[in-house]
Amino acid sequence: MTTISGKPDDIFDAGSLKAKKSSSRNLFNIIMTGLAGLCILLALIPLVLVLFYVFVNGANSLNLDLFTQLPPPPGSAGGGISNAIMGTLIVVAISTVISVPIGVLCAIWLSEFGSDDTSIDEYVRFGVNILAGVPSIIAGVFIYGIMVRPGRPGYSALAGGVALAVLMLPTIIRTADEALKIVPQEIRWAALGVGASKYQTVLKVVLPAAIPAILTGVTLAIARAAGETAPLIFTALFSPFRFNGITEPIATLAVLVYNFAILPFRAQQELAWAASLILVLLVLLTSIIARFATRQKTY
Amino acid sequence: MTDVVLRAKECDIYYGSYKAVRDVSIDIPKNKITAFIGPSGCGKSTVLRCFNRLNDLIESFRLKGKMTYHGQDLYAPDVDPVEVRRRIGMVFQKPNPFPKTIYDNIAYGPRISGFKGDMDELVETSLRRAVLWDEVKDKLQESGFSLSGGQQQRLCIARTIAVQPEVVLMDEPCAALDPISTLKIEDLMKELVQNYTIIIVTHNMQQATRVADYTAFYNAQVVEGAGGKVGYLAEFDSTEKIFSDPEQESTRDYVTGRFG
Repeated sequence: MTTISGKPDDIFDAGSLKAKKSSSRNLFNIIMTGLAGLCILLALIPLVLVLFYVFVNGANSLNLDLFTQLPPPPGSAGGGISNAIMGTLIVVAISTVISVPIGVLCAIWLSEFGSDDTSIDEYVRFGVNILAGVPSIIAGVFIYGIMVRPGRPGYSALAGGVALAVLMLPTIIRTADEALKIVPQEIRWAALGVGASKYQTVLKVVLPAAIPAILTGVTLAIARAAGETAPLIFTALFSPFRFNGITEPIATLAVLVYNFAILPFRAQQELAWAASLILVLLVLLTSIIARFATRQKTY
Repeated sequence: MTDVVLRAKECDIYYGSYKAVRDVSIDIPKNKITAFIGPSGCGKSTVLRCFNRLNDLIESFRLKGKMTYHGQDLYAPDVDPVEVRRRIGMVFQKPNPFPKTIYDNIAYGPRISGFKGDMDELVETSLRRAVLWDEVKDKLQESGFSLSGGQQQRLCIARTIAVQPEVVLMDEPCAALDPISTLKIEDLMKELVQNYTIIIVTHNMQQATRVADYTAFYNAQVVEGAGGKVGYLAEFDSTEKIFSDPEQESTRDYVTGRFG
């Protein structure tokens, strides 16, 4: 073979293309890959252990009575946690009813009606981010100060729901805002182009397109709220009885675990484990639903 | 020329303090296809979007001069842009069906404008006019996204004509389509022009010669000192004249492919 100029091709040595394992570049590559893999394992260990521990201990005490009976008096055996399961569902429902409309409407305003030259929406977004970083116990104390402390209505399911709503709001606003922004601008033009008003465009075209992603945010917020304990201790308190109206203290799974796990009685400890398991399953279930909802996303 | 549907008179278009287009005066004739051609950044789409007040969505947008629709000032303070857009529909560069079923894509516009008649019939007529009916009649309840790009664009055209506008603005409707879909859209335009007035922005000069009755050539000019460009209407005449014997040197250079 000759090159164009007629010279033999040994002027440029093509060399071997085989991989040289021992070269420093390749060694570095292998080491870093191994290191990253190891870190993944380390990160997964706590997750696996926690789940494993909860499952092993909780599964032992799982039975039908859990879902039908009330907690027994301290020291005696048997009983269930039906009121706490019910309570968690009720408190989370209250917080969802409060936070979803406010959060989604706020996101709609930010994404669809905010002005081009930033100012107000930037401040609102900044505020939402700050709120997302507020420790949950602070949200609890805040609602305690407003709704619970002496002279106010007192401990209630409602107060618990409001406290959780405060925690859910930033997550919902942020995910809904992002979800709405992903909807292509052309769709809005198209809707306006066939003679829709701004409100019709947002409500009938943009919002439906963003719903799957918004639902994901809402379920994630619910999953987080369901596991919160600190804000509920100050607000919903606890109750050994069945649900008695949203203006009364109410039992929740998270607070039940907190109360019972540290009692010196075996029956209560087992109930705490069972409650932990049910709580973990609830959160897992909502997360899976959230995953499922995202899969059907429009954009 | 025949009846004038849309008229721009000495229009300057600004974004903030930036002048994007200067001194455009043009009469758009009824039931004809008018093509806007010209190099990028010469303001063709900007002018097009002024006709149905879509530029209102850009906050810094400002129009000086007068734009009229059958003699009515489009930018008079008591004009409702929603009413304008119902009469002057728009088809965009990228097919942009709503994330709804094929049926609802068509039905959405008429529904919100309070259409009381037989919706099934309207959907069918619109799809037939857009020459899409035979391809979708068995899957009206499927998502608009399930269609190919060319079908989606015809769906968008069907959606636009379902609200029975008088004018259809098309902003490079074939830019994202293959040649066969492009030809279908062009045939469709020739079909539609019997009932509608069409303005089409295109970068494809063959397309302008194939479909347009009239052609407007826009050009851009560097502004001294400002570092930007301002678009203007260089020449407007019958398509035949523009492509065979234009008045302006720049038009001749552009249509013969010497720049742009």
